[in-house]
Amino acid sequence: MPDQLIFAMEVTLNGLMAGVLYALVALGFVLIYKASGIFNYAQGVMALFAALTLVGIMEGQVPFSHLINAIFGTDLHHFNWSVPALGAILLTMAVMVFLAWAVNKIIFRHLVNQEPIILFMATIGLAYFMEGFGDMMWGSDIKKLDVGLPQGLNSMIDETTYGLLGYGFFIDNLDLVATVIAILLVSVLVMFSQYTKQGRAMRAVADDHQAALSVGVSLNFIWVMVWSLAGFVALVAGIMWGTKSGVQFSLSLIALKALPVLMLGGFTSIPGAIVGGLIIGVGEKLFEFLMGPIVGGATENWFAYVLALIFLVFRPQGLFGEKIIERV
Amino acid sequence: MFYREAGDFKTSYKADSQTFPIKFDRYRYYVVLFVAFALIPLVINDYWVNAIFMPFLIYSIAAIGLNILVGYCGQVSLGTGGFMAVGAYAVYKLMTAFPEVNIFFHVILAGGITAFVGVLFGLPSLRIKGFYLAVATLAAQFFLVWLFNRVPWFYNYSASGQISAPERTVFGVEVTGANTDAWATYLFCLVFTFVCALIARNLTRGAQGRKWMAIRDMDIAAEIIGVDPLKAKLSAFAVSSFFVGISGALFFAVYLGAVEVGEVFGINKSFLVLFMVIIGGLGSIFGSFAGAAFLVLLPVFLKNALVGGLGWPTDLAAHLEFMIVGALIIVFLIAEPHGLAQLWRVAKEKLRLWPFPH
Repeated sequence: MPDQLIFAMEVTLNGLMAGVLYALVALGFVLIYKASGIFNYAQGVMALFAALTLVGIMEGQVPFSHLINAIFGTDLHHFNWSVPALGAILLTMAVMVFLAWAVNKIIFRHLVNQEPIILFMATIGLAYFMEGFGDMMWGSDIKKLDVGLPQGLNSMIDETTYGLLGYGFFIDNLDLVATVIAILLVSVLVMFSQYTKQGRAMRAVADDHQAALSVGVSLNFIWVMVWSLAGFVALVAGIMWGTKSGVQFSLSLIALKALPVLMLGGFTSIPGAIVGGLIIGVGEKLFEFLMGPIVGGATENWFAYVLALIFLVFRPQGLFGEKIIERV
Repeated sequence: MFYREAGDFKTSYKADSQTFPIKFDRYRYYVVLFVAFALIPLVINDYWVNAIFMPFLIYSIAAIGLNILVGYCGQVSLGTGGFMAVGAYAVYKLMTAFPEVNIFFHVILAGGITAFVGVLFGLPSLRIKGFYLAVATLAAQFFLVWLFNRVPWFYNYSASGQISAPERTVFGVEVTGANTDAWATYLFCLVFTFVCALIARNLTRGAQGRKWMAIRDMDIAAEIIGVDPLKAKLSAFAVSSFFVGISGALFFAVYLGAVEVGEVFGINKSFLVLFMVIIGGLGSIFGSFAGAAFLVLLPVFLKNALVGGLGWPTDLAAHLEFMIVGALIIVFLIAEPHGLAQLWRVAKEKLRLWPFPH
């Protein structure tokens, strides 16, 4: 087999893995959008915030230590303990649930019945606030996150492919784990929304707020639940990306990567988020591999957007989205 | 007491439809113009120009441009940073390719080029709306910044990949380059801001503005009463991008002098200008000024108060700024969706009755 083709295959595989991670972030968007019609720009920042909180709890950092030190002239940094990964994850989840409750109580209850674009801009405000808040709480330096996930070259794949093709594929263990977790997460979410009472209520709210209210579904509860779910997805995404590239500001930018995924897959479809993520992941890696050297590289920044833009012109609702019907 | 329309009789249609129908408003406007054009240049120094006045004037133009698109025509754009970059690189290419032409025309031409690019990226607005469009404009943001970063022709093959403004003069006074006077750059920007605001105000008052607003309020209904959505949307994109392009050109050539595109015209710039429009007031020219002033002054104020006054570290002040800006956006969207401009309007309404409220 020619070398180019083998490289392309490796690139495609890595693209698929990256796509899974994009899909993971995109899922959080879809959940909230389906249940409340809010397009949550803050999803990426939520992932960052979750990862920051997780690291902070694990290492026993004092929250707001920077602020306290600046005001009172103290020199606090760490409590003298560290929390095991699982406990920290549970605590972080509690924080995310509280956050979901607060966001609904303080912001979105007051914005019911507003136009979607107003809600969207409110989530941009929320994203800014949480970015500052997270940094203020835990400090803005780059942190290492290690919850015990395997990392580095997967030697089994490397050896097998070397035996077959004479060239070992480089596949990161972490990406494999991420793929497994993403598949698990999606199946759990789908089962949850299909087979549980709360899941059904969630779908009812997504279909029609007023009808759901009239049969006794509590909108407030469902919204808090959905935001908590999104917080959970953000936590998972935060752990994956945080382990991969450190917990830092750029983590919040993965939200920007998830947007074209959504446009491609449709805002309302969970399978759409997965398929869209895979297409974008493979597409941008292959494009960078084939065209990058010709046009100067770093095409990953915009390829996904331009692809989604072109796609939208022909199919405005995305691959799996519900058809947009306008009534006057 | 003196803020009354009573006794101020209009005897012609022209007088009746003027921008400031109340006499007090009109005189206040002339006083503001007089202070801005005649007094401030006499007393201004480098710190004030660079920290406050120039960013304020330039962001005002950008905010007016975006306000036309978002506030008047209802098409949300997150590509402002990218379009500002188009203006900056257009003026740079023009300045270096035609050094003998006055920079004044370069800036206007840069606006024209940006308008063309804006229309190009505005085309999807005919098919998609709302935040689908908002996300689609992000394509413009990322693609344009990448383009200016990676294609050497745009930065004239300079080794650093930066662009820096050569020295140019207007009426023999230097306005770009290293040896400029504070008052000259200030006046140069002020002229552009004044003319842009004048054009924008009159466009939005007239037939074109009404078409935009009809599209914003309900595009299908607007189409039925005879507004061509193609023309209305694309003209909004063109006019908006024209202003944004001018502001980008001034931002690069007059204010910063040297620019690295990813840092200066990144996505944060798009959000900053959008925030100015939201805080200032959607669909108001005055609001664009108010929002720009607010978001230019806020960091300066926080820096002086927290870092200078309380001795906090700068990064903490920066985090607090993020929190305040984010919280303000939410508060304004909840409590006063029409922003500072609406507060101003309410204040004027109160003033009309004051001190006898009946």
